Amino acid sequence: MFDGYTTSELMSIFAMQGFAGLSLFSVFVLMALGLAIIFGQMGVINMAHGEFMILGAYTTYLTSGFFQSYLPSLFGGYFFIAMILAFLICAALGALIEWLMIRHLYHRPLDTLLATWGLSLIMQQAYRSIFGAREVGVDLPDWMMGAFQVTDLVELPINGLFVMIIALSIALGVYLLMYRSTWGKKVRAVVQNRPMAEAVGINSAGVDRMTFALGCGIAGIAGAAFTMIGSTGPSSGQAYIVDTFLVVVFGGAQSLIGTIVSAFGISQAQSTMEFFLSGSMAKVLTLLVVVGILMLRPEGLMALKVRR
Amino acid sequence: MKSSSPLKWFASREGLYYLALALLLVVILPLALDPFRLNMVGKYLTYAFVAIGLVMCWGKAGILSLGQGVFFGLGGYCMAMFLKLEASTPEATAIQSTPGIPDFMDWNQLTALPWFWEPFHSLSFTLIAIIAVPVILAFVIGFAMFTRRVGGVYFAIITQAIAAILTILIIGQQGYTGGVNGITDLKTLAGWDIRTDAAKTTLYFVCVGMLFLCLFAARFVQNRKLGRILVAMNAQENRVRFSGYDVAAFKIFVFCLAAAFAGIGGALFTLIVGFMSPSFIGIVASIEMVIFCALGGRLSILGAVYGALLVNAAKSGFSESFPELWPFAMGALFIGVVLAFPNGLAGLYQSYVMPLEERLFKRKPKTEAAAPAPQKPVEKKDEGRDYDPMLDQYSPEKS
Repeated sequence: MFDGYTTSELMSIFAMQGFAGLSLFSVFVLMALGLAIIFGQMGVINMAHGEFMILGAYTTYLTSGFFQSYLPSLFGGYFFIAMILAFLICAALGALIEWLMIRHLYHRPLDTLLATWGLSLIMQQAYRSIFGAREVGVDLPDWMMGAFQVTDLVELPINGLFVMIIALSIALGVYLLMYRSTWGKKVRAVVQNRPMAEAVGINSAGVDRMTFALGCGIAGIAGAAFTMIGSTGPSSGQAYIVDTFLVVVFGGAQSLIGTIVSAFGISQAQSTMEFFLSGSMAKVLTLLVVVGILMLRPEGLMALKVRR
Repeated sequence: MKSSSPLKWFASREGLYYLALALLLVVILPLALDPFRLNMVGKYLTYAFVAIGLVMCWGKAGILSLGQGVFFGLGGYCMAMFLKLEASTPEATAIQSTPGIPDFMDWNQLTALPWFWEPFHSLSFTLIAIIAVPVILAFVIGFAMFTRRVGGVYFAIITQAIAAILTILIIGQQGYTGGVNGITDLKTLAGWDIRTDAAKTTLYFVCVGMLFLCLFAARFVQNRKLGRILVAMNAQENRVRFSGYDVAAFKIFVFCLAAAFAGIGGALFTLIVGFMSPSFIGIVASIEMVIFCALGGRLSILGAVYGALLVNAAKSGFSESFPELWPFAMGALFIGVVLAFPNGLAGLYQSYVMPLEERLFKRKPKTEAAAPAPQKPVEKKDEGRDYDPMLDQYSPEKS
């Protein structure tokens, strides 16, 4: 499949596709981080994760509209406000959902999956009724447009770079939160041994709610970042959910590093192959390889223990 | 509950439930509905095959597959490929640049029939493939997963990914599969026109007949030791393993059984609806099949039939009058079934209607001397309690 390309062309193709893969990687990391927290730490499958992401995207869309009409002078910085708003709104909704629904189902993981699927249907239809079925996009501030010209053949769009920086800083933040803060210690304690954690005075129900809210909040940020590189429709979230679950499972459910590594591998494989094959075949091949590896090595890339 | 003679079984309570379903499907619905509606009921019933498989696989054995649409679709596509080849005779496709191949292949500049289409010229091969293809795939997936002790949500995610892969593959490979439109314009089955009203009514009855065959097959498995082991495996997998049973083999078996049912359902779907497309296979379709089973009651094979009928009837009803409300109703159904009544309609029936029945049944023998009749239901009810997975399925040691 490499016939007819010179070496330098191939290098540029790999560099460009590699960068396109990096944008996909950023989206995967942002979505998968939220999922990895909820799924890896609590064992809960949140099928509505994509819809939380879209909620963040619509929040950004509304914020950008608000800034455009009322505060045009501050338009360059709206994205940061939108990101915070998206986090807060999604986290609040997440906490509410946890209280209403998820907490009754912790001992029935398969049922959580179905219930959150129901939730995702409702959220999707709500978006469709409120925002319409058409995809919406936001206007980028001036500083985010354009591209870096690295060589004659390679140029990197700034919005893509920006999203990548957000993804990596959030990954770093989550890492610090989980492994360097008291709260993270509590979360890990509850995961490892719930009765003992309770016995030493950790409010495990509170920790659960916060964990779920945090995961949803990160999905909100993912959605906000998503608007920088693509448009948002009511069912955009669903398009990503299977990929993201595979990313999390492939990385090894309880390992944040594994999640990032597998997000990188899957996104790079997909975008590199996309150039040479048709988009759908690239996706099929990537997913097949991932599923195949998971069948041979069910614990994922970096697992802490064999899963049951 | 083995019965000494089949006649006696029909008089037992369980037999009466089957008779009631048969009465509904064979007598009441065909009399009450016009051929168009009856055809739609037939379409709903094809989903009941999948739901019965899910009862065995998910309800009994605790394996949630979110990829049943794959097996449904494979069965359906096998049937559709045969029908399409029969419809694409050189005479009928004379205007194409390559006569004798299906029209969508011609549109995609294919000049010869792909190799995997060739065997579908034969009806007997097709009939075998309808069951064999899904079962082989299920066996491969099941063997890879269950011997490595992968289960629960991981299995659900992997099966969902497989549903996604197959859908993307079918849509992407337009020339070989018909793409997003699917395989359409199917005309005859071995020379018999399937598009007439009479043919559709016949197909409906064939579907009902096959459904009862599958119901009895499922019941057979459920009432044997095999069925008990499946339920035991769901409740306490390690204890079953330590008792010397090969847990993986039982799981593979029940997964293949569910796949076979789904394949049959898919083939009948193609015949009844007249086409097959990737939209009946994908993630959304597959997970909807789970709700048919969950609404009917994940432990009741008869409930699955009612679940499939009710959800689909509601779906068509809503889509005709308030299409924008249907996703809300469906979402609420998912949440409600899980949170409020995890054992579905069958569970509600058991806890509310059965006590009433019991009272009616108990009054009877006072006048007549037939004592054994009322005892059976009581016995059965206790058994139903034993099946309840909510009680001990998720013991702390498992998580």
